[in-house]
Amino acid sequence: MNAILLLEQALNGLQFGLMLFLLAAGLTLVFGIMDMINLAHGSLYMVGAYLIASITTATGNYGLGLLFGVLGAAAFGALLELSVLRRLYTRDHLSQVLGTFAILLICNETVRLIWGPQPIALSTPDWLSGPVQIFEGFYYAAFSLFIIAMGSAVALAMYLAITRTRLGMQVRAGAANRDMAMVMGVDVQKLFTAVFAVGAGLCGLAGGLLGPVMAVQVGMGESILIMAFVVIVIGGIGSVRGAFLGALFVGILDTAGRTFIPLLFSQLMSAEAAANAAPAVASILIYLLMATVLFFKPRGLFPTHG
Amino acid sequence: MFLSSFRVLRVTLALAAASVALPALAQSTEPVKVGFLSTLSGPGAGLGVDIRDGFQLAVKLAGNKLGGRPAELIIADDQASPDVGRQTADRLVKRDKVDFMTGVVFSNVMLAVGAPTFASQTYYVSANAGPSQYAGEQCNPYFFSASWQNDNLHEAAGQVVTEKGFKRVALIAPNYPAGKDAITGFKRFYKGEVASEALPALNQLNFGTEIAQLRASKADAVYIFLPGGMGINFIKQFVAAGLSKDMILFGPGFSGDEDVIKAVGEPMLGMFNTSQWGHDLPNAANKRFVAEFEKEYGRLPSLYAAQGYDAAQLIDAAVRDSKGKLSDKAAVRKALQAAKFDSVRGSFKFNKNQFPVQDYYLRVITKDAKGRVTNRTMGTVLKSHADAYAGSCKMPV
Repeated sequence: MNAILLLEQALNGLQFGLMLFLLAAGLTLVFGIMDMINLAHGSLYMVGAYLIASITTATGNYGLGLLFGVLGAAAFGALLELSVLRRLYTRDHLSQVLGTFAILLICNETVRLIWGPQPIALSTPDWLSGPVQIFEGFYYAAFSLFIIAMGSAVALAMYLAITRTRLGMQVRAGAANRDMAMVMGVDVQKLFTAVFAVGAGLCGLAGGLLGPVMAVQVGMGESILIMAFVVIVIGGIGSVRGAFLGALFVGILDTAGRTFIPLLFSQLMSAEAAANAAPAVASILIYLLMATVLFFKPRGLFPTHG
Repeated sequence: MFLSSFRVLRVTLALAAASVALPALAQSTEPVKVGFLSTLSGPGAGLGVDIRDGFQLAVKLAGNKLGGRPAELIIADDQASPDVGRQTADRLVKRDKVDFMTGVVFSNVMLAVGAPTFASQTYYVSANAGPSQYAGEQCNPYFFSASWQNDNLHEAAGQVVTEKGFKRVALIAPNYPAGKDAITGFKRFYKGEVASEALPALNQLNFGTEIAQLRASKADAVYIFLPGGMGINFIKQFVAAGLSKDMILFGPGFSGDEDVIKAVGEPMLGMFNTSQWGHDLPNAANKRFVAEFEKEYGRLPSLYAAQGYDAAQLIDAAVRDSKGKLSDKAAVRKALQAAKFDSVRGSFKFNKNQFPVQDYYLRVITKDAKGRVTNRTMGTVLKSHADAYAGSCKMPV
């Protein structure tokens, strides 16, 4: 245990938290404003990652891939909203779950048809693939710092857009009281499409940033979607601020759990038992947190008003 | 019209064959069915694809035959899941009534596939997974490993790391049966201190936590058993985090072969790894295999491809030497045990637990004459090496 380990894990936690935020931001708005459960949110993440990987491979430029992949994911999200999801808003949650689950399966199989069942390559660009010396004796991956920088920039832009722009005001109004917002003349149809497109674009961005660290493969969206749901339940549904703080909280807690629970367990029990028990306990930590939050604050830590 | 006359023709031919031919001749035109169950999707897919390509190449070179009879390969994906593997194996042995099973990559899947396969008295010829369970007390007459026992490559690596004088080595292996075999095997031959030991989940892809722990462990070398996409991601992240300056990376052949090299590239240069095979082994069978593989698929084969090729050759030899009487289980087993074929790894023989006794080599990743980043075989680490579990196997004769 030393300072470098703590610092490195804090950066890892921050990185993971910011990526969760990119996924959770769109999800919480869709859930909060449209009262819509969207299980296909993870598919947007997958589609974004595949688009970015393909464009990067074709052009040889990761920046171009990121730009057009994010735009492509946003367009795909808007198209999905206009064609299918729009019809589900007025239905009950069961229809929404079934409908979006069908979309998830269709997306998975379509991606499998187009790109094949094996993961496709998305590498970090050369200028970001090396280590950066933060101070004497401590190197950190340049790409991880890039992820943190991008995530922070998006979070800041989201904050400004939501608190300082007209669209942001309408989004907040919609999240707090949808009917009142409609009565006050907000064109909710357009608003929903816009929110959905932005959420999809953020998903695509997360896919493009995590793709080189993880793998671009069919079904990559499912496991991370569950984490995103945990984040928005903890943060309070419909609240972007809640999603941000919830995501950081979950990211740091998850990383800390994976580091320190094995250390703790190896003090308490035999090495073999610790090796078996520690990863299991570490992975349920965030769900314990969610259960605790739900018990004491059923509307999340930072609920929207209304 | 065409269809019906075609059918009539087929029936006529079959009748003619039945009336004039001896039973043995009829048998020799009946196809040999092989259930090829492997991981063909997800992060471990590269392994299954290589085994499949190697296997199919051997069948193709034999004129799409196994032991002189037409080969029928039923290819299925286990999705690296024991549940899917078990169900699919059940289907292959019961509905498709395959004569042989092969192909499984991951040992947790293998342990699930074993039960239904052995229960139906179908021979399983492993082209990869060699779990310690099937080598020791649970050894089974219907299980043959054409590859190795899981511990073996790691034992050779433990020997190499010790010989090179490393005293503080960190270990990383996935938390599943072959990962545990890897750690056990490495420690059996490594004499120094274990600086840290991490068991990430199988197919975990982000190693931020493990890398931070590595840095804190101050190890002088790190030994990884991370197959497929896991190894690719780990090595990239290890290099990106600047750790490659402080510690030497060692691995078994699984973490240093063509699939990983293709994805990682130059940062792999200089990595030592151990294997039962290398594409530059100078025997004639291997030279032919490597040349044909490159011609067919446009890439160098990996050890997985070599194992798939050998598994097909072993089945070919078994069908041939049992004179095509696949229902005579004892005859097939005897033919499998004899293993009369030219293996691409050089000579080997089966131990009484039906796992190979063979040599293990040290390889290093360098640039070859054509400028490609690839493995070069350095020398033999363990000679005619048998696994540590054969003693506790009470194999029925």
